[in-house]
Amino acid sequence: MDLNLSPDEIKFRDELRTWLSAHAPTDWDERREESMESRFEYLKRWQRKLYEGGWAGISWPKEYGGRGASLMEQVIFWQEMALAQAPPLANVLGLGIIGPTIIAFGTEAQKKRHLAKILSAEEIWCQGFSEPDAGSDLANVRCEARLDGDHYVVNGQKVWNSYGWAAHWCELVVRTDPNVPKHKGLTVLLVDMKTPGVEVRPLRQMTGETEFNELFFHDVRIPVTNVVGKVNEGWGVAMGTLMHERGTFGAGLQITYRRNMERLIDLAKTTERNGRPASEDPVIRQKLAQCYAEIEIMRCNQMRAFSRINATGVPGPEGSIQKIFWSELNQRFQQVAQEVMGPYGQLEAGDDHAIDNGMWAYGYLRSRGNTIEAGTSEIQRNIIGHFVLGLPKSY
Amino acid sequence: MQFGLSESQQILKDTAHKFFAGESPVAAVRKAMETETAYDAALWTKLAEQGFTGIIAPEEFGGMGLGKVELILLMEEAGYALLPGPFFSTVALAGTVIDACGSPEQKKKYLERIAAGQARATVALVESAGSWDTQGLKISSAGNKLTGTKLFVTDAAVADFIVVVARDGVFVADAKAPGLHIEPMKGMDLARKIYSVEFKDTPAEALGNPRGLAGALNVATAGLCAEMTGGMQRTLELTVAYAKTRKQFGKPIGIFQAVQHLCADMYLETESSRSATYYAAWALEENTPDAAASVSVAKMYASDAARNVGNRGIQVHGGMGFTWENDIHLYYRRAKASETMLGDATFHRERIARRIIDEASSGNKKERPRQAALASR
Repeated sequence: MDLNLSPDEIKFRDELRTWLSAHAPTDWDERREESMESRFEYLKRWQRKLYEGGWAGISWPKEYGGRGASLMEQVIFWQEMALAQAPPLANVLGLGIIGPTIIAFGTEAQKKRHLAKILSAEEIWCQGFSEPDAGSDLANVRCEARLDGDHYVVNGQKVWNSYGWAAHWCELVVRTDPNVPKHKGLTVLLVDMKTPGVEVRPLRQMTGETEFNELFFHDVRIPVTNVVGKVNEGWGVAMGTLMHERGTFGAGLQITYRRNMERLIDLAKTTERNGRPASEDPVIRQKLAQCYAEIEIMRCNQMRAFSRINATGVPGPEGSIQKIFWSELNQRFQQVAQEVMGPYGQLEAGDDHAIDNGMWAYGYLRSRGNTIEAGTSEIQRNIIGHFVLGLPKSY
Repeated sequence: MQFGLSESQQILKDTAHKFFAGESPVAAVRKAMETETAYDAALWTKLAEQGFTGIIAPEEFGGMGLGKVELILLMEEAGYALLPGPFFSTVALAGTVIDACGSPEQKKKYLERIAAGQARATVALVESAGSWDTQGLKISSAGNKLTGTKLFVTDAAVADFIVVVARDGVFVADAKAPGLHIEPMKGMDLARKIYSVEFKDTPAEALGNPRGLAGALNVATAGLCAEMTGGMQRTLELTVAYAKTRKQFGKPIGIFQAVQHLCADMYLETESSRSATYYAAWALEENTPDAAASVSVAKMYASDAARNVGNRGIQVHGGMGFTWENDIHLYYRRAKASETMLGDATFHRERIARRIIDEASSGNKKERPRQAALASR
């Protein structure tokens, strides 16, 4: 056991830290009230800057414009990005999932056409996976693609799509064979979002934002050259790189949680409770300490999981607990924050009395989605039950 | 960075696992727990032969001189086996306190005998207030003589000497010293007995460096967390095995998600306890600034987790889990005893709060928090 960074890892960190301190914008937080479009243009410019500095898609092989970064370097990347409070990346799905999918399964022509533009954020990517009847049961995809000459004709609907409104391209999972078991008849297509028949409808969520979209496909013609991997082997293609970065992004999330924790402690010191600071209330103290400890354990769990992947190449069993751990922890943390702030906790952005411009009201509402997105807590527990503990499959 | 175990650490853990499975199977545990002291002299000799009694003692005092990580790996396996008797009290508790607080001569006198397997020992700390907080202790020495009563002292009846934490120092009293009287307390953990120890003008030797106490108790606490993690692991394995074989409605009950999710939560809490404990041991070994806090994080978490894991394990076992015959309650009993030992979750949360709220200067106000909403990737 040695949790110190190696000399090479320290060198990587210092180089990145120096670059970020010179180039990372510091005014992202002040743009909360701007339009979604204007904010997204800002994020594209930021990714372009990272690209020019050689810091976009660092996990990609060098021959495709990446750095061939090790897993630990990816961990360091997300930690440093969070420490610098750098804005998120515009093309996060392209960099994290779709680019690696094209690298692993795509044709030479597809690689040439798409990869550089993913890195530079010139073209934004989204994914079309979930459907109204294919959520947790993701393989139950119905959106169909019928072969017609040298094109597939796509008809159907996707939901819970991120970035669809801004995307130029979509990695779309379609059913090409309805007559085989559900995992076997799927194919992955690269879809130009400007193709006639593609419609994007924003989906307003409980926070009031429109992070997600519904996508509709009416007789959308996609050239067969846009198939990734083999026809009817799309499940493997879609799943193969879904875990490409294997949770290294979570290393940055942990640092964000820690910063939120520190901020909450400061707020507890300045918020009165029964005539004294809330930070002196024994019950509040217990709850703050519990959150702090869980954020620490999130870090320990992550380090163990990353080390395991580093040593063996595959995620160990402890990897499967990460999603449950961070999502349920964030919900508990947001509730403790609400208890510290009392009635002020409910005030949303724009109210003069709102603390941190409504960040905590937003955080509370947004965290409700954490145990649903990216695999519900129930699905995660099924995965542990079946794949880790070896219990019989319930479905 | 490598969070995993080194090859030699893994070998130690595997060796300990096999040793405890062979030398102290659950039938032997049950036999030991029926005795007055749960002490098995023959087993103790074998523990010494393995070098386990000297695992963490420096080589100059006859120990193996291994680190905190090695200590917790051994304790984890001892916990898995529900090892009965005074091993934790002697090696992880008394041994580390003497190593941290004793002069070289005192270590030669006491630690060397522990490492060689020639002596058993324990630490007497808690008084009638029932607290592990050393600030509130009442007993103090008067001319190296102790008077007063300590409670919840583990394995005192088989100890050759007792390390006594008093208001004005840390002392060692011979178990046969005049005025020292030991009475059993009827604790829940049948495999680790507890006692009240009364001192009446009992002569005791002051250890040279009492300031080492806090650090030593942190090491012992990490060791206890590891033992608890081992107990959780065993409880989880017993439960999963039962869920795979027990049939209702014509199917193994493990096929039902209500049962699967109980098991998944047991797994999550066991692994998280392990991560926190390993980190605490490493932080203690490296003496990092967060070492003491990391011990409290681990004990706070493990204290609640050990109980939760036991609750769920018994629930999955149904009526069988509620019987004397089933082994799971033996682990459940130890989990409760260990939960309060060296401070329960509430105790350690307050310790964390002092550090993160009272000691920490206010954060940089320019550092504004940010919601990381997006996780769908």
